[in-house]
Amino acid sequence: MDPDTAVLDIRNLSCRIGNRLILKKIDLQVRAGETVVLLGRSGCGKTTLLKCVNRLIQSGGGEILFQGRSAAEWDLFRMRRYIGYVIQDFGLFPHWTVAANAGLVLKLENWEQAAREKRVEEVLNAVGLPFAEFGSRYPRELSGGQKQRVGIARALAADPPLLLLDEPFAALDPITRFELQQHFLSLRTQFQKAALFVTHDVREALMLGSRIVLLKDGAIDLIATPASFLSGVTDEARAFLAGLEAGWGKAN
Amino acid sequence: MGEGELNERLASDILAHTGEHVWLVLVAMAVASAIAIPVGVLLTRHTGPRRSTLAIANIVQTVPSLALFGFLLPLPFIGGIGAHTAIIALCLYALLPILRNTVVGITGVDASVREAAIAMGMTPSQVLWQVEMPLAVPTLLAGLRIATVTTIGTATIAAAIGAGGLGVFIFQGIASVDTAMILAGAIPAAALALLADEGLEWIERRFSRA
Repeated sequence: MDPDTAVLDIRNLSCRIGNRLILKKIDLQVRAGETVVLLGRSGCGKTTLLKCVNRLIQSGGGEILFQGRSAAEWDLFRMRRYIGYVIQDFGLFPHWTVAANAGLVLKLENWEQAAREKRVEEVLNAVGLPFAEFGSRYPRELSGGQKQRVGIARALAADPPLLLLDEPFAALDPITRFELQQHFLSLRTQFQKAALFVTHDVREALMLGSRIVLLKDGAIDLIATPASFLSGVTDEARAFLAGLEAGWGKAN
Repeated sequence: MGEGELNERLASDILAHTGEHVWLVLVAMAVASAIAIPVGVLLTRHTGPRRSTLAIANIVQTVPSLALFGFLLPLPFIGGIGAHTAIIALCLYALLPILRNTVVGITGVDASVREAAIAMGMTPSQVLWQVEMPLAVPTLLAGLRIATVTTIGTATIAAAIGAGGLGVFIFQGIASVDTAMILAGAIPAAALALLADEGLEWIERRFSRA
């Protein structure tokens, strides 16, 4: 694959659920090493866009290219295993150990036991959960932050070129959230994944995004780097920044 | 016949009828599970017929058992005197709790767990067998337990259509106003029910812990 080819290339994508047009002609590329943050209010279509990528929701027009190949041509299950997925409520299997949860995709892809164990150990250590201490625990024995670390380990285990993250830190307390955001930044440098990251938190978008894609009513309102986002070119961007400034004003 | 010989005969009769009773219950439960568990799984996939199917199973449940045995008797192939008619009737009663608990067990799996399973690339059968079924097992077992215990009780009526079982003593006892005879059927039936309840609850607990 040409290194300049976007890992994910969304072209003219529309999505209709029932009679409502949720997404209107979205064009968006995500390249390796880049975190593209989808920012928007509740109901703006950001989660729908994310779910169209791994076909949890069927899009209604346009095209999605994953690694230069149309998503429709990919074997559905194979494609999903090449796309890491992290969600707000973790979605860990309660009857599986931490190690088994982290190794899910490796098992689906029939990795040999020894290779699987080695990779799970690597990836759990990378997210800050020492394998020796956490590998044999069950999700119910973990804190929220630890659960999401397992969620991230599970998404990274098979070394997928693309990560989809749907408000992964929204359910965590502020301190834990900050720790995981910092950890996410260091993992990004380490693993050089393409990531599509959904959030409604402008501060998180500014902190983690290589680029910020602002969605409004199912359409792209603005695509900007964090620095240029701060200059507030559109009304919607100013609305988000106003919330941020109000927060700072109070703190100072 | 002496007293001792009589008691010996009664004891061996109780044993024989208990055997018949257990057999009726086991066969009925096996057939009911073989129908209700797969149908329950299908109902979680196709939500359209779920309501109507559960409603039908519910209605069957409300038919008085003696009447149901009566209804089945004159039917060709499935009716007639004997164990097979009784097994069909017992089966019909056992369907609802198993069906309902299968549906509840699977639909009760956390939505985020199912979403993650699908999004990480599990096939529908992997989602069912590796995620939904294991997590539904405690609820499913609770349904089996309820069905088993009620079936043990209902099976006493099977004697009315010549299917044998512990009900034989009860009907004989009622006909001859012989309390001891009624107890000879009722006590082992109650003991069986308690035993099944305890045993299945123990298994249920083991699965919930895992």
